[in-house]
Amino acid sequence: MITKRIIPCLDVKDGRVVKGVNFQGLSDVSSPVQLAEYYTKSGADELVFYDITASAEGRALFTDILRETASRVFIPLTVGGGINTLDDFDRVLKCGADKVSVNSGAIRNPDLIRQAALRYGSQCVVLSADVKRVDGQFRVFGRGGRDDTGMEAISWIKRCVDLGAGEIVVNSIDTDGVKEGFDLEMLDAVCQAVKVPVIASGGAGKTEDFIRLFQTLPGVDAGLAASVFHFGEIAIPDLKGELRKNGILVR
Amino acid sequence: MIAVIDYGVGNLFSLCRSLEAIGQQPVVTGDPALLRQADRLFLPGVGAFQDAIAKLRQTGLDQVIKEEAAKGKPILGICLGMQLLFEESLEFGQWEGLGLIPGKVVPMEGVIPADYKIPHIGWNALHFPPKDRHPLLGTVQEGDCVYFVHSFYATDCDDAVIATAEYGAELTAAVAKGNVMGCQFHPEKSGDVGLNILRTFCERTW
Repeated sequence: MITKRIIPCLDVKDGRVVKGVNFQGLSDVSSPVQLAEYYTKSGADELVFYDITASAEGRALFTDILRETASRVFIPLTVGGGINTLDDFDRVLKCGADKVSVNSGAIRNPDLIRQAALRYGSQCVVLSADVKRVDGQFRVFGRGGRDDTGMEAISWIKRCVDLGAGEIVVNSIDTDGVKEGFDLEMLDAVCQAVKVPVIASGGAGKTEDFIRLFQTLPGVDAGLAASVFHFGEIAIPDLKGELRKNGILVR
Repeated sequence: MIAVIDYGVGNLFSLCRSLEAIGQQPVVTGDPALLRQADRLFLPGVGAFQDAIAKLRQTGLDQVIKEEAAKGKPILGICLGMQLLFEESLEFGQWEGLGLIPGKVVPMEGVIPADYKIPHIGWNALHFPPKDRHPLLGTVQEGDCVYFVHSFYATDCDDAVIATAEYGAELTAAVAKGNVMGCQFHPEKSGDVGLNILRTFCERTW
């Protein structure tokens, strides 16, 4: 049976990992390449590189980093951040990305999803949605969670799947950073609505949060987190061991 | 020399880097002369069967592959590249394949239970049929996971199946017929398990 995936997310700015990390055995804790290798050896099932660079120089550095990582790490790599055009897809796929995640770029131009899925296949196109409760409704936010788009999230996600998105990352703004568990209610609503893989993001604080996620919502395929992995609060080998003990299939 | 067949389909970056990581220097080419010189061939591919087989025919590479296969040259098809080795595919129509391995490629839809997601995407465990382990998978342990991304799978190919994966049905994960081999999964994205399979293919005398 297919296993549940554990995915660390690395925010990269100007070629460096942004959130401070501290692991023994890493000589350069903000080197994306070293960190990617470290996570791969720890049993990460996939890596997400999120480019938060604004400048053109930073973009060039990012693709250099991506190319180097993809030359040394042989697990799936997803790239997000600043993906607005097919050229952006092309740029990162050529450097070794396997999947490309779109967020604000798709909000501005939903047809980007359709075009990218046609050219590269749905398996390549990930919709990342930042979702927050507003007036009792799940609402999609753009620009890194800053702008309320006014769109209802579940119908937005369904629309993107119809356009060709092959996987959905659901990032709950409500639980993000709180470290008290994933947003099970929001994730359940998404799992009910679509048949493509769903990746949970936002709220992981401890091992039990992942166990509860996969036990409560069998429809969720993967758990994504950043700081709990970077700060060593959760070690991936331990996490996988605990998941296994609780009857959850992992690699 | 190891050649990766370039026929304008898919992204060859990861495959080439993974081959370099195991000490090979792959040549990416669509030049028939180079492909004939090569000691081993990789047939990669992602996307639609129809497009891929059309491109192989347009470039005449289908004949090159068949001739080299007949001469006993080791060939490893990966993902869609594996599916192309079969006689036919029923992916959005009916298409003739290279016919190097008996069997056909069919949709998972309708075969696996309705609550299983398609594509079959992620890490899944390999299982082996009750016959001698094929040497290509000699380094793999029963239950080792590899990375899959596909919506169609090969069937009616029992004799050639050397590994399966369970996903609501027993899906063909790897095949071999003499010097012609194929993996439905991506060895270049399957960590050390995958690199070891690539190493075996590249280094063993077939």
